[in-house]
Amino acid sequence: MANVFAFAESRGGALRRVAFETVSAARALADASGGGEVHALLAGAPGIASLAPDLGKYGADVVIVVEHPGLANANAESLAATAADRIRAGAYRAAIVSASAQGRDLAPRVAAKLSVSMAADVISFELAGDALVVRHPAYAGKVIATLRLTGSPAIMTLRPGARAAVEAPREARVESAQPAADPAASKVVVKEMIAGGGAKLDIGDAPVIVSGGRGLKSAENFRLVEDLAAAFGNAAVGATRAVTDDGWRPHSDQIGQTGRQVSPDLYVACGISGAIQHIAGMRNSRTIVAINKDKEAPIFKVADYGIVGDVIEILPALTAAVKEARAKG
Amino acid sequence: MKIAVCIKRVPDMETRFKIAASGSAVDETGLKYDMSDFDGYAVETALQLNEKQGPGETVVISLGPDVVQEQLRKALSMGAERAVQLKADRVPADGLAIARALAQELKSGGYDLIFFGRQAVDSANATVGPMVAEMLGLPCATGVSTLEIANGRGTARRDLEGAAEIVEFALPAVVTIDEGMPRARYPSLKGIMAAKKKPLEVKPAQLGEEKLILEKMELPPERAAGRIVGEGPAAVPELVRLLHTEAKVL
Repeated sequence: MANVFAFAESRGGALRRVAFETVSAARALADASGGGEVHALLAGAPGIASLAPDLGKYGADVVIVVEHPGLANANAESLAATAADRIRAGAYRAAIVSASAQGRDLAPRVAAKLSVSMAADVISFELAGDALVVRHPAYAGKVIATLRLTGSPAIMTLRPGARAAVEAPREARVESAQPAADPAASKVVVKEMIAGGGAKLDIGDAPVIVSGGRGLKSAENFRLVEDLAAAFGNAAVGATRAVTDDGWRPHSDQIGQTGRQVSPDLYVACGISGAIQHIAGMRNSRTIVAINKDKEAPIFKVADYGIVGDVIEILPALTAAVKEARAKG
Repeated sequence: MKIAVCIKRVPDMETRFKIAASGSAVDETGLKYDMSDFDGYAVETALQLNEKQGPGETVVISLGPDVVQEQLRKALSMGAERAVQLKADRVPADGLAIARALAQELKSGGYDLIFFGRQAVDSANATVGPMVAEMLGLPCATGVSTLEIANGRGTARRDLEGAAEIVEFALPAVVTIDEGMPRARYPSLKGIMAAKKKPLEVKPAQLGEEKLILEKMELPPERAAGRIVGEGPAAVPELVRLLHTEAKVL
């Protein structure tokens, strides 16, 4: 029986989906150890405490709430100090943080503060005696590494989307705490937060991704990709490295080895030949559709369904057909 | 400015990897190596900063066996002034051990900036940079896609999922470099010749105890072969039917 710590990531006063994934993973680990408690750390501007019950829904027994005006934006230095303090005091068997951009910023600092080793970007884990055995995609997703992490607490970051959050509802007890380091004293200060286009879905959260490559021939033609994404209603737009290098799309849209790794239910690759660089970012999608004029293009080797032809002619037809299919329900 | 760039030797990711007989490594037969992509951007960023902002020194550091000297020489041929190899018989899986050895080397170096790639493209952990920052008590900006340095302060953009933040920090600082930063230049012939005479110091890496051990490597399951539904816009109705009835994603 062991207690497990989870970091509940929030942004702009709202919990992120990865917060539920980490709490749910911590629940699974605590249960596997014979039924310990899950303690989640929730930090933010005053008012964030109102989100604590949402964490109880996914299996948190205790929510440690840290409210401070200086935590309205992510503040890794202050958060790392607080997390390390709580983990030290709580004698947890493990601590789980999402492998999101903020989680990857935070967890290594906590590990260094506690002088413990950590496992990163984990897709599965199990307790094995005094060790935690984890699996982690490496070599651009072409190899799965199994690693043995000893020492306590075992810190790991969990790949977003690798484990769905499972409900395990309970009344979470709320415990208020102070930041262990003054957020105002942090050496790195967030000067500005730039929201990613309002209501648009992020490529990490969208169930459908419509992605474009050089086959679109121009930045203007990305409108066709956006139209198809809009027709799906629950889709985000992605791009290849060639396209972001050319400035047709921002770097943050890049899917691939040096960009984001995604695993949506449906991935529609439009005018993408399928370089390793790109495949590394999307090969774990559940269903892959490829549209490309070259029938020998490597993208067809990973695609479930392919159409050979000019993407600029095919996309409007596909957009219309998707609209029609959705209208019929 | 005095800038340290920590680089890692990695195999070419275009390779069709095979697992070695040991079961815990990739088969190295025929592999081509280079410095990790993001580390290349980091070297380039350091060189450009020093070229623009006047006299400075770019020092490249790599931990590993003697073969890492190949990547250190490449960085020297790009324009770095000197190199340090922290010698170890292999690169451990444990980022904390690597960070300890690097922090030991970096702490007395008097660096204004310490650069890392956002992550190594092979092990893909992204842990060593922020760990080193923590060990040295330095400000740290991870995954930056823009970086400006002026008057002893840095301003950087960090792309988050579906958002971004602009951060500010005072130097000295640790920065990990992401996509968006300049690509590594190709070494010139002159650069390659000059690199042969530049200093490359070899020191033992002080790794300490490793608690994250690589046990096994395996290839992920292959995707089942797909099919070409048809050609041109005429194939669209059949595709939509399959997405609806077979894949059930529409």
